[in-house]
Amino acid sequence: MKKIFYLLLAFFGLGCNFSQAQVQKGSVLIKNATVLTVTKGNLESADVLVQNGIITQIGKNISAPNGVQSIDATGKYLMPGIIDAHSHVALDVVNEASAPITSEVRMKDVVNPFEIGIYRALAGGVTVSHAMHGSANVVGGQNATLKHRWGAKDPADIIMQDAPRTIKFALGENPTRVHGRGNGIQPRSRMGVEAVIRNGFNEALQYKKAWETFAAAKNTKGNTLTPPVYSERLQTLADILDGKVIVHCHSYRADEIYMLINVAKDFNIKKLVFQHTNEGFKVAPEIAEYTMGASVFADWWAYKMEVYYSTAFNAAILQRNGAITSINSDSAELIRHLYHEAAKTQRYGSLTDEEALAMITINPAKQLGIDDKVGSIEVGKQGDLVIFDSHPLSSYAVPQMTFVDGIKYFDIVADKDDQRQLVIATEMVEPIYLRANEEAHRCMQDVEIYLDAFDVAFLKENH
Amino acid sequence: MKRILALFCMTWIALLPSVGMAQIDGQFVKPRTGKFILKNATVVTVTKGTLSNASVLLENGKIIGVGASLPTEGAEVIDCSGLFIYPGMIDGGTRLGLVEVSSVPETVDYSDVGNVTPNMQALTTVNPNSEAIGVTRVSGVTTVLTVPSGGLFPGTAALINLNGYTPDQMYGGFKAVAMTFPSSGRRGRFDRRSEEEIKKDGEKALKEANEIWDNAKSYLELKNSGAELSYFPEMEQLSKVISGELPLLIEVNAASDILSAIQWVEGKNIKVIFTGIAEGWRVAEQLAKAKIPVVTGPVQDLPTRASDRYDTPYANAGMLAKAGVKVALRTDEEENVRNLPFHAAFAAAYGLGKEEAWKAVTINPAEIFGVADQYGSVEVGKKANLIVSTGDPFETRSQILHVFIDGYRIPLSNRHIRLYQEFLERSPGLKAN
Repeated sequence: MKKIFYLLLAFFGLGCNFSQAQVQKGSVLIKNATVLTVTKGNLESADVLVQNGIITQIGKNISAPNGVQSIDATGKYLMPGIIDAHSHVALDVVNEASAPITSEVRMKDVVNPFEIGIYRALAGGVTVSHAMHGSANVVGGQNATLKHRWGAKDPADIIMQDAPRTIKFALGENPTRVHGRGNGIQPRSRMGVEAVIRNGFNEALQYKKAWETFAAAKNTKGNTLTPPVYSERLQTLADILDGKVIVHCHSYRADEIYMLINVAKDFNIKKLVFQHTNEGFKVAPEIAEYTMGASVFADWWAYKMEVYYSTAFNAAILQRNGAITSINSDSAELIRHLYHEAAKTQRYGSLTDEEALAMITINPAKQLGIDDKVGSIEVGKQGDLVIFDSHPLSSYAVPQMTFVDGIKYFDIVADKDDQRQLVIATEMVEPIYLRANEEAHRCMQDVEIYLDAFDVAFLKENH
Repeated sequence: MKRILALFCMTWIALLPSVGMAQIDGQFVKPRTGKFILKNATVVTVTKGTLSNASVLLENGKIIGVGASLPTEGAEVIDCSGLFIYPGMIDGGTRLGLVEVSSVPETVDYSDVGNVTPNMQALTTVNPNSEAIGVTRVSGVTTVLTVPSGGLFPGTAALINLNGYTPDQMYGGFKAVAMTFPSSGRRGRFDRRSEEEIKKDGEKALKEANEIWDNAKSYLELKNSGAELSYFPEMEQLSKVISGELPLLIEVNAASDILSAIQWVEGKNIKVIFTGIAEGWRVAEQLAKAKIPVVTGPVQDLPTRASDRYDTPYANAGMLAKAGVKVALRTDEEENVRNLPFHAAFAAAYGLGKEEAWKAVTINPAEIFGVADQYGSVEVGKKANLIVSTGDPFETRSQILHVFIDGYRIPLSNRHIRLYQEFLERSPGLKAN
């Protein structure tokens, strides 16, 4: 019921506001902070000015232009808004688990701007998240990159419209369980996973050729060719082959990671990021050489067989081998303290402050193709900023304020406790979710009907 | 990390020449006991303040000296200049050793068939060689309560030290019968019962709990009066709670359930510990008044209600302590128990304070479990469970350099570290040959 309501609301909202859908942008001057730019070092007691959503000045003694609010951050730390390269926050549905390839599906169709998880992420300094399709299919749906503009009612307003397209792939246990063991179709093994991907891309090549043939013939005299049947699924795969879509692939084991690198080489696919990548450390040199890197958990392991041979030093090994490395959450809970997750690379691998912070800012920005817009404090970039009371890599750090496009969406002092934007009138008693943590990880949400009772019981363990 | 590595390599090299067998390189570094003196450290005793330039003397598994000038003869000297000594941390609620890989049912042993199985023993089920134990202890967590879960009375929890090869070697001297108090909360998004159904299920479960309790009481009365009883292991175990031999560890989280649980234990005259207590902050006064100690956590968790302030799980422990509740922390984890110090840091930052947070992972759980004469602080006569670190162990940038459990010096290695050593600079690297 709830979902239908959101959907109706979404359609209604789109219908009304489509022409004037306008993202709000703000101006603010943050003064006297220790500025952790991530890309250009640290500045002591410096000011950062954001005008109309864009950082326009960084330096000392900047005075606030007329009408621009000035915030004193003396003794505090300012860092770029945190970017989560793997999230399912603000999605009503996560998996379209009906086929091993569902590249026609788009997460932007199921974005829910009312989800409280957006505010909770902001309270952890996260301004951008990569709202991904789940991992039930070898080729899943197209993801949405979100900007956490809390309070927006139009789903389009929290989608980062200037971010490039990305798509979810998944290897290993999840697709083989759902399709092979659940439905009795390929893939049931990692051999099948490779075959599904190769078959898909080969079909897409034929599809592309058919359209090219048609386009070439179209204007020739006496042409009788009919257009090929349009397929959103194959067109999207063709777009991947054309470098228009970044592949973000759920993966765990070194063998399957290496397999996909080889497939990508064979099809000349350059835009490839590995997600989770627990055994990435074993093929770190290959990941560094051929891909846009890996987005990993700080320390998760042993929740399923394919992550049993993990190490918390994964991120450090990848980094030291030159791979672009980011730390992600894949969780409505972890997304609240990614700064702390990044800090764990200092316990496990002694990374520098700058390296650790890059893993939740500029590195995920690179992997999402938005590093020219966000991910560091630089003039010309979007005004996504977080103020911390102490160094963000300290376990005691508490985020104080979070800004997106120069607008403050989180303020630890000023905000009221209840941040719900929408209360369902028919919901007389507010539900209490216990150990919500266990189901905060939603990579395998919405696949229950494809699995037997045992698998459902263990769903909550699976990412 | 470099220091850990350096230490590790030095030990490794020193031991190399003794190897004679053809197919085996190097030698395994074992935990070893003896007489050790940890010299010139800042000692955070937790119960007796912080001592600078102090040493700690360990022998036969015990702390036998804490102070400035201690006799060193016969002791292996470990220079701890510039370093910090803390008591080993205690996690008040885990499934450590009871599960190896969560999604593989063959390795999941914390839950059995049946709703009333208090006779299921966590202690004998613990796998002393679980990879997670080696991974956990190098973080400074030296002792954990490992707890069965599932039904109404899912089993008996046990306190274990994270060193040893048999449950008897690991046993920390405390057991408690676990109870999952009937819940009015949802277990998650997949739990789609109506409000009505949840209420009904809760009432039914409580009714069942009362019936079982009455049966156990009758069992004990009959037994005490010398009656000949048929074999009934469930009742036998539950009757130990009624007689006061074992405490009852009650998992309860929603505010209304906590109040019901307070009412439920009232007049039963049994030893009770509450655990979970996710919504404890809502009923902190009542909890304090009931004088029931609490093992709460995880701290890094989501609020239970959408309308709640975002930081309530972080702030919960602090609010409970402020109200006068005795608070210990738990991760409620298996392979991630090593994060206990970080849960404690979050609790500290959001109101509990550093000093109380340290107590909540050391002396408080020791007192709640009735083992404070052995655990929870750096004091003469206590078990030699302690850690040496480069700084505050709650901070990720600090490195733990030494871990002692039961007087054993624990090698700072585990699979995570070995994989790091093997793969940091892989050979062959990118191109073979």
